[in-house]
Amino acid sequence: MDVDVAPKPAEPLLQLRGISKHFTGVQALDRIDLGVRAGELHVLFGENGAGKSTLINVVSGTFPPDEGSFHFEGEEIRHLTPQRARAIGISPVFQEFSLVPSLTVEENLFLGREITTGGVLRAREMRKRAQALIDELGFDLDPSRRVDDLSRAHQQMAEIAKALLGKVRLLILDEPTASLTERETGRLFELIARLKSRGVGLIYVSHRMREIRTLADRVTVLRDGRHVRTLDAASSTDGELVELMTGRKIDLLYPTITHKPGKVIVDVENLTLADGSVRDVNFYGRAGEITGIAGLVGCGKSELIRAIYGIEPATSGAIRIDGAPYEFPAARRSLKRGIAYFPANRTAEGLALSRPIRENASMTVLDLPAFARFGVLRQAAERAKIGGIMAQLQLRPPNIERAAGALSGGNRQKVMLARALTRELTVFLFDEPSVGIDVGAKLEVYEFMKSLVEAGAAVIVVSSELPEALALSNRLYVMHHGRIVAELTGADRTEQNVLSSFFRDHLTAEVA
Amino acid sequence: MSTALTAAEPRGTIGLRAIAGRIGFLPGLLLLLVAGMSAVDPQFYGIINILNILRNASLLAIVACGQALVIVAGGFDLSVGAVVALASVVTAKTMAATAAAFPGNVVLVIASGVAAGLGCGVVVGLVNGFCVAKLKVSGFVVTLGTMSATAGVGLMITNGIPVYGMPDIFVKSFGRAQAFGLPTAVHVALIVIILMVFAQRRTLFGRYVYAIGGNVDAAVVSGVSIQRHIVGTYVVSSVLAALTGILLTAQVGSGQASFGGDRMMLQSIAAAVIGGVSLRGGVGRVELVAISALFLTILGNALNLLHVDSRLQPVFLGVIMVAAVALDELIRRRRGRV
Repeated sequence: MDVDVAPKPAEPLLQLRGISKHFTGVQALDRIDLGVRAGELHVLFGENGAGKSTLINVVSGTFPPDEGSFHFEGEEIRHLTPQRARAIGISPVFQEFSLVPSLTVEENLFLGREITTGGVLRAREMRKRAQALIDELGFDLDPSRRVDDLSRAHQQMAEIAKALLGKVRLLILDEPTASLTERETGRLFELIARLKSRGVGLIYVSHRMREIRTLADRVTVLRDGRHVRTLDAASSTDGELVELMTGRKIDLLYPTITHKPGKVIVDVENLTLADGSVRDVNFYGRAGEITGIAGLVGCGKSELIRAIYGIEPATSGAIRIDGAPYEFPAARRSLKRGIAYFPANRTAEGLALSRPIRENASMTVLDLPAFARFGVLRQAAERAKIGGIMAQLQLRPPNIERAAGALSGGNRQKVMLARALTRELTVFLFDEPSVGIDVGAKLEVYEFMKSLVEAGAAVIVVSSELPEALALSNRLYVMHHGRIVAELTGADRTEQNVLSSFFRDHLTAEVA
Repeated sequence: MSTALTAAEPRGTIGLRAIAGRIGFLPGLLLLLVAGMSAVDPQFYGIINILNILRNASLLAIVACGQALVIVAGGFDLSVGAVVALASVVTAKTMAATAAAFPGNVVLVIASGVAAGLGCGVVVGLVNGFCVAKLKVSGFVVTLGTMSATAGVGLMITNGIPVYGMPDIFVKSFGRAQAFGLPTAVHVALIVIILMVFAQRRTLFGRYVYAIGGNVDAAVVSGVSIQRHIVGTYVVSSVLAALTGILLTAQVGSGQASFGGDRMMLQSIAAAVIGGVSLRGGVGRVELVAISALFLTILGNALNLLHVDSRLQPVFLGVIMVAAVALDELIRRRRGRV
C-alpha cells in the first residue's frame, strides 16, 4: 500500500496494519502489524496473554478488530466472519477443538459445506473425499468413527483435516503438536512442507523451540498485546527470542534440582486398570525426588497416576502410601492422605471456569477446619490464605476474585498449583504439567516442583515431552502400551535410551 | 435493596460499572416499572395492592430460590408446581384427620399437618435427587416424571375438591395474619432468602453446588462428593415448594390440588433465569432471583391493572424471559480473556 518500499517484495498474502482490539478492561491487541507471505511459515511467539490467540481470532474472523486495516491477497477485507474467512481460504485450527463430539469425523469435516444434490446428502461422495484427504495427509484416522470416541491426538488430526478440506490459502495452526506423538508430528511437518511448496501461507503458534527452529521462516514476537519485533528465523537465536518474548533474560529452562531420595512413599504393585490401559505395572516413588514417567500419548501413563489418585478404577494390584495399603482410592480420601493430582486438561477437569480464582484454589481444602467449621465457610481466612498463596505464585493481575475462565493457560496452571499449597501434602502427581503454557510459566512450574522436592515431597511427573521428563526426573520410567518397559536412572536417562525402549517393544508388538 | 446487597459483598474498589456488572439491569428495570406504574395508576400504590403483590412475590420467591439452587448445580426441577399442590392437600388432609382423632389439640394438629406437608417435599426431593445422582437420568426427565406423578397423587387424594377442616387458628393467626404490617408469607420468604443467601455464600454446601455446576469433573478431581450435594439441591427445592404449598393453604383456608401447577413451575424457572442464573450451571445468586420474582409479580399485577387481556399476559412473560437470557449471553460474550 505504501509507496516508500524500494525493492518491491512479493505482495504479502495477508497484511495487517495497526490492528487493535479492546476487551472490557483489557487492551488485548495494541496496533499490531503482521505480514504473511505466500509459502511462508510465520511463527507467532509470545507468552500466554501476549495476544496471540486474539490475533489469530481476528485473522479468522471470530471477532472484528476495533481499528486497523486488514488486507488479504491484496484486497481490503471488512466485516470478516468465520464463514467468509473460510470461503476466501483462511482456515484456522484452534486449540479448543471445533468438532461436534456426537458426529463422525466425516460429518465434521463437511459440516457447513456438505455435498448435496437438491438438499439430499451425497454420503458416498463425501466418504470418498474424506478418505482421500485423510490418506493424503497420512493420518491414521477412521472417518466413520464418532469424534467423542477418538483420543485427543486423533481429534487433533481430524481438526487439521477439517481445516484442509477445500481451498486453503492461509492455514492457522495454534499449537498443533500439543497432543500429537512424535510420529504424527513428523507427518504434520511433512504436510506443512508440502503446503508451503504449494504457496499456502501459514501462521503457526507454538511454545516449542525445536519446532520453531525446524519450521519457521519468520518469527513475530508479541508481548502484552504489542508487536515487539519480526525477525528471520534463520538469523535469530533461541535466547534472543525468549528474551524478546519475556522482556528478561532466561538462561536455563530447566532448573537444577537436588534430589535427596528418602523412603518409598508411593508403591504400586501389579496394578491393572479396568479399561486395560495399564497392565501389571510395578513402580515406586520416593520422598525427595521427582519420579518421571515418559511415554507416547495414550500409553497409559496418565491413567496410572489417575488410578493412584482414585479417578480411574483398578481391577487388581495394590497401592501402598507411606507403607500403608491404600484400598479403593477416591479423590477425597487421597487428599486426606496427602496426595494431590494436577490434571493435564485444566479446562475439563481442573477448573470451574465460571467461578472465581479464590473458590477454585480452595476447592480441595474446604473439608479442613481452617476453612470451614460445621459446614460454614470461614471466608476471611479463605480470602487471606488464597490471596497469600496467589501472591506467592505471582498471579498477574493479582485479583483472586476474577473468574477462572478469564485466565490464560499459565494463570490457570497457577490456580491449580495453588491447591498444592493450601493443605499438607506429601505426594504430588503432575499430569502433563506444561501443556498449553508458555516458556515463562513453564519455568515457574518447574521451580515450583523443585521447591516441593527439596522440601521432601514425593513428586511424580507424567510427560509426553521427552526433554521435560528427562530434565526433571531423578528416576525415569518409560511406559509403552500400558506396561512399564524401562526404568532409567543416573546417566542412563538419555533420549536415546528412552526411544530405544519404545523401539524394542515395537519390534514385538507393532500397534498404532 | 440493591445497594445493601452489593455492600454485603466485600470487595476492594466498587465502581458504578462494577456494581452494574454484578447485579445487572434487573433492579433498574424494577424501579422503572414501579415508577411508571405509580405515575399511571394510583391504585397501584394502594396498600391493599402492595400487600397483595408482596404476598404473591414471596410465594414465588420461595419456590424460585429452590429452583435456582438446582439450576446452579446444573439441574432442573419441573416438579415444584406439583409439589406445591401435593403439600397443600396433604397438609390439609392430615390436619383434618388429626383434628378428628385428637379434637382440641391444636398444636398437635398443626404440627402434624406441617410435618406431613414438608415430608412430601422431602420425599419428592429425595426421589428426584436419587434418580439424578445415582441413576444418572437427566434432571429434566426425572422431574418431568415426578411432576406428573405428584400432580396425579394430589388429584387422587382430593378428587379435585378442596380439603377443609383445618384449625381456625392456623388460618386466622398464621395464614392471614400480619406482623409489622406484612403478611406471614413475606416474613417466611425473607427468612428463606436470608438462609439461602447464607447457604450459598458461607457454607460448604453452597460452595460445592457452585463447583459442581461450574465443572463436575473438576469437582470430582477436587474430592467433592457429587451425589450428596445433588440430592441436597433437589431436596431443598422440593421442601421450599412444599413450604409454599403450606403457606398458600393457610392463606386460602383449604387444601387444593390446583395450587402451584405448571404456572408456578414456569414462573420459578423464569424468575431464576431473569435473576441471572445460568442454565449452564455454576452461576446465580438467590437474592437476585428473589428480586426477579418480585419483578415478575409486579409485572403481572401491572398488566392486570392496565386491563391487558389475560390471554396476552403470558406473551409478555415469554418475551421478557428470552430477552433477559439474550442480554446475559451478550454480556458474557463481550468479556475477553486475560
